[in-house]
Amino acid sequence: MIILWTDTLIYLLVIAISLAIFFIGKQPQMRRPIKKIGASKTGMISLVVLIFFVIIGLLDSVHFKSTESRTHEIISLLDYWAKPLREQGEKTYSAPFSTQLYSKETMTADDGTTQWGYPRLKFGGAHLQNPEAEWKMDVFTKALIGFGKGAGLFALLFIFFWITLHKNHEHFFANPTSKAVWFVLFTLISKTYMLIDLSMYYHVFGTDKVGEDVFYQAIKSIRTGLVIGSLTTMIMLPLAIVFGIMAGFFRGWVDDVIQYIYTTLNSIPSVLLIAASILMVQVYMSNHAEDFNSLIVRSDMRLLFLCLILGVTSWTGLCRMLRAETLKLREMEYVQAAQALGVRRGAILIRHILPNVMHIVLISVVLDFSGLVLAEAVLSYINIGVDPTTYSWGNMINGARLEMARDPVVWWSLLASFIFMFSLVLAANLFADTVRNAFDPRRAD
Amino acid sequence: MHLTLDEQIRENNVDNKLLEVKGLTVAFKKDKVVDDISFDIFAGETFALVGESGSGKSITALSVLRLLPNNAKVSANQILLNNESLLSIPEYDFCKIRGKRIGLIFQDPMSSLNPVMTIGEQIAEVMKIHFDYSKEELTPAVHKLLEQVEIPEPQRRINEFPHQLSGGQRQRIMIAIALAGKPELLIADEPTTALDVTIQAQILELLKTIQKKTGMSLWLISHDLALVSTMADRIAVMQKGKVVEIGSTNHFFKQAKHPYSLKLLAALPSMDSCTNKELKKIDNNETPLLKVESFKVYYPIRKGFFKRIVDHVRAVDDVSFELKQGSTLALVGESGCGKTTLGKGLVNLIPTTAGRVLLNGIELNQLNGDELRQKRSVIQIVFQDPFASMNPRMLVGDIIAEGIKALHSDINLVDRQQRVANLLKQVELPESSALRYPHEFSGGQRQRICIARALAVEPKLIVCDEPTSALDVSVQAQIIELLQKLQKEQGVSYLFITHNLAVVAEIADEVAVMHKGKIVEHGHVEQVLTQPQHPYTQSLLDAVPVLAD
Repeated sequence: MIILWTDTLIYLLVIAISLAIFFIGKQPQMRRPIKKIGASKTGMISLVVLIFFVIIGLLDSVHFKSTESRTHEIISLLDYWAKPLREQGEKTYSAPFSTQLYSKETMTADDGTTQWGYPRLKFGGAHLQNPEAEWKMDVFTKALIGFGKGAGLFALLFIFFWITLHKNHEHFFANPTSKAVWFVLFTLISKTYMLIDLSMYYHVFGTDKVGEDVFYQAIKSIRTGLVIGSLTTMIMLPLAIVFGIMAGFFRGWVDDVIQYIYTTLNSIPSVLLIAASILMVQVYMSNHAEDFNSLIVRSDMRLLFLCLILGVTSWTGLCRMLRAETLKLREMEYVQAAQALGVRRGAILIRHILPNVMHIVLISVVLDFSGLVLAEAVLSYINIGVDPTTYSWGNMINGARLEMARDPVVWWSLLASFIFMFSLVLAANLFADTVRNAFDPRRAD
Repeated sequence: MHLTLDEQIRENNVDNKLLEVKGLTVAFKKDKVVDDISFDIFAGETFALVGESGSGKSITALSVLRLLPNNAKVSANQILLNNESLLSIPEYDFCKIRGKRIGLIFQDPMSSLNPVMTIGEQIAEVMKIHFDYSKEELTPAVHKLLEQVEIPEPQRRINEFPHQLSGGQRQRIMIAIALAGKPELLIADEPTTALDVTIQAQILELLKTIQKKTGMSLWLISHDLALVSTMADRIAVMQKGKVVEIGSTNHFFKQAKHPYSLKLLAALPSMDSCTNKELKKIDNNETPLLKVESFKVYYPIRKGFFKRIVDHVRAVDDVSFELKQGSTLALVGESGCGKTTLGKGLVNLIPTTAGRVLLNGIELNQLNGDELRQKRSVIQIVFQDPFASMNPRMLVGDIIAEGIKALHSDINLVDRQQRVANLLKQVELPESSALRYPHEFSGGQRQRICIARALAVEPKLIVCDEPTSALDVSVQAQIIELLQKLQKEQGVSYLFITHNLAVVAEIADEVAVMHKGKIVEHGHVEQVLTQPQHPYTQSLLDAVPVLAD
């Protein structure tokens, strides 16, 4: 097993979040907000979707050296399972569920005659004898079988939980929220199974310019999206919160210094900073080639540095907002009352200011999340984003730019990245909304 | 036959009902905020709708004007304005009623004017909507209105922005805007609640004069019975959405029947309560708990490129007084006189410029850092706004325990919870309150929690910064009672900051009157309130509305 830098950080993040949830759950006054999240339909549904994405991302973060191929390349657990997807490439573009290439070519038939037409795909629908006649029926039955398998798996899961939990925890099945959650689980599992089954025979989202399966690319991009979203946030949040609150609370020279820092940082074009740091990393890697001997290690390093530099350049907006809110809060009478009671300044910051700015933090972090994924796309365009070999929605969108200009249009790369990005960002948004509402005691139950 | 005033008015105005409301009900979801009320307002009279906060009095006025949010369900059998049904007027025609035939003044003159428009423009805007003024006629008309509301130098004021005016002047502008449509009925929703007593008296006087001149009816909405008694011809008392009593003012104050009205009247703090006060036995030779000598808080005024200090705002200017153990000193003055600054300066929440404060033998403002933190428990503060003075995200138990945690970190969790429970009992709240959030409590209950928080560190002196001015009269009476009880039990002293002289009469042993940062009069409460020496104290006392006998 090989642990990459981003893998380590992801594991740490997962551990930190689980610990936080565990300790929050232990406190008696926190049970009410947690119950409130549990009772919210949108919250729970989006949580299920989020967890689904995270599981895929985590599977993609367990790396090891492949024993099968001669090159001993580093692959992840997801790559291992999605081997057919990874290896069954075509020559070039093919549309979703297609059995032939998207563009005409000269083909040499068995009898030696040349023909101008659409050649059959090497893998997509290769099992069909007569694609035109059988294709529709085949896709339909394959989908149905996959759906059936998924439904069966869900049924097994459901029966298992029913037997173990039904007696003592009837609310896991009875109330409308849990019904909705079960329904979403059912849809997710059966649809996933359906896609898996179909993708064994077809390219569900078509293939790209070099014939790679777009579905595979989209799944692989989940990890990149999560890494950029979460690691950047992890770097940005402490900076924004600490500086913002300190500037607002202490005012005076502390405020001046912090304001100068972020005004300076803001006035340097962030693209410049990002380009500089990415180039630096590249130079470093080429000077220490022996440490970065594998393609995936190199692109991982570049991804990590991208997160780092994005984090360093993007904290100023949130910092400014937190400063303004803290300026308002510090004049609140409860802060003055705490001062009069002899509470230490640090305790005032943590107990009175921080909880009352958390709603801003939560909202802007989630909104920034989609912004970061998009920023990555923009940076890929000028070649300072993630490594071109890294799968990312940004790279896919960047490629789609040219594909959209083609005639006939190649639309599936854009669509696939759009669907995946959209569902991740939407789920994150809705979930953050629920969390914010649940943790605000002023909102009625 | 001798008719009461109410009956006389009725005799004279049988056909003269200006506004007739029958069976008005307003509901938000399933809560009936206004429940089947009926009343009439006659032409030329002043009608007062009185009630505590949440009784539905403002909602009643807003529902007549159709200004309620969309989720309010309004139903009424009849709303007639001069025998014309308001219910049948379509929304697009309703602007001919609103602002034209019925004017409206809100409580807060700070937020009801647009800060980026000059006051002239704001008045002219309303006039243009309702009348066809040509451009040349407009300015003189605005000018005339400003004269009518007695704004000094209208020529200059017409081009000024709201922030350049004082609170009282802004309320005058609001009245001018309401009068711009030449209304038959003027609704004044708590028109003077945000203003000082002396300004309040002027505004009320102005409303009376205008009413006399124009003959319009005035619908006054207020929580202040004393104010109403000086203004209104007839009074309706609202409680929980219902009108419980309605009658002429004289009749009401002499022979109110409904228990709620009686309760309201009984809760009114009275200026006479100081006269028969038993003198607390305080040893005059005892060293005073608090000794303040030439206390000053100045704020620098900086000007120019280098921000040189050119002058100071003297918020508190050379103030000296003493406060004895177990007694209450009331600090009285109008807004901006520096009384809150003085209070906060004593608690060391703002830096002081000069002066000595000797509290229980310690000079707090000479201490720093941890030393100051440890000694802070001697003096505590209770704020005016019970909604802003508690962290909305903390449990009440944690709020009260905060001081104990900060100053006595050796006390363990169980003991701390025990002390919190005791404190809640002392302020007459159920023990279960500890596990609830502040927003679940009413204003009065919150103020109790704030008092408990201050008591938690066993202070010698509590600075009460207008603790009752955001509360209803009946709740105010309860809080004052509680404060007195606590003083008797624990011997705590109060520095009671207020603008309400009647409350002073109830609670204080001594009074200090502040004016422009200085204490102009200081003495025993009875002496100051009955035989004021300083002209400012006299004008303050004159301005207080007193129940008409």
